[in-house]
Amino acid sequence: MNAPLLLPWALSLAIGMLILAMALCLVRMLRGPAAQDRVLALDSMYLNAMLLVLVLCMHWGSTDYFEAALLVALLGFAGSTALAKFLLRGEVIE
Amino acid sequence: MTAMPLWLDILISVLVVAGAAIALTGSMGLLTLPSFFTRMHPPALIATLACWCILHGAFAFFWWQDGAAPLRLYLIALFIAMTVPITCIFLMRATLFRARRAGAAVPPSLSGRAPSAEGG
Repeated sequence: MNAPLLLPWALSLAIGMLILAMALCLVRMLRGPAAQDRVLALDSMYLNAMLLVLVLCMHWGSTDYFEAALLVALLGFAGSTALAKFLLRGEVIE
Repeated sequence: MTAMPLWLDILISVLVVAGAAIALTGSMGLLTLPSFFTRMHPPALIATLACWCILHGAFAFFWWQDGAAPLRLYLIALFIAMTVPITCIFLMRATLFRARRAGAAVPPSLSGRAPSAEGG
């Protein structure tokens, strides 16, 4: 058999830990005392989601979701930057 | 596709679990640290160490599975490495600006343009 022994267990464990990490970020985003805490929590949630997509790629054995991970990273950057600009200026596009 | 050797199995498993554990640690720090300026640090752990661990694991896995190096995976790492500092600096500047305007005890602006409580 050419199936790996440890990897399915490791991938399930990693998926569980990343989902827990996203839940912790969500708690911080809902509870965050200031707006910048919420933006920071949303940004780390995007990073965790990107890692989760990569681990799911390995789980399904398909390379089709690399672009999804790249898009999550890209949109997370655009969103966080726009929100930070909004906090700084009060408007996104001047 | 040949059988996966045991060392590769162990290597990928350790990389993926270490990356996920580091991401969990970073999120836990984000939740438990006391102030915003200390909370800036843990997400950097996710963006650097956890990201690189999981990317190297995925790289090794798909190289074994497809027989070709999936180099476009490193596009993601490159992109994260370029964009996360920009987001951090923007957020930091926004927070300092808001703290100065609220009259909190933060260092004054170097350019002296931002409105602050102590007239800096």
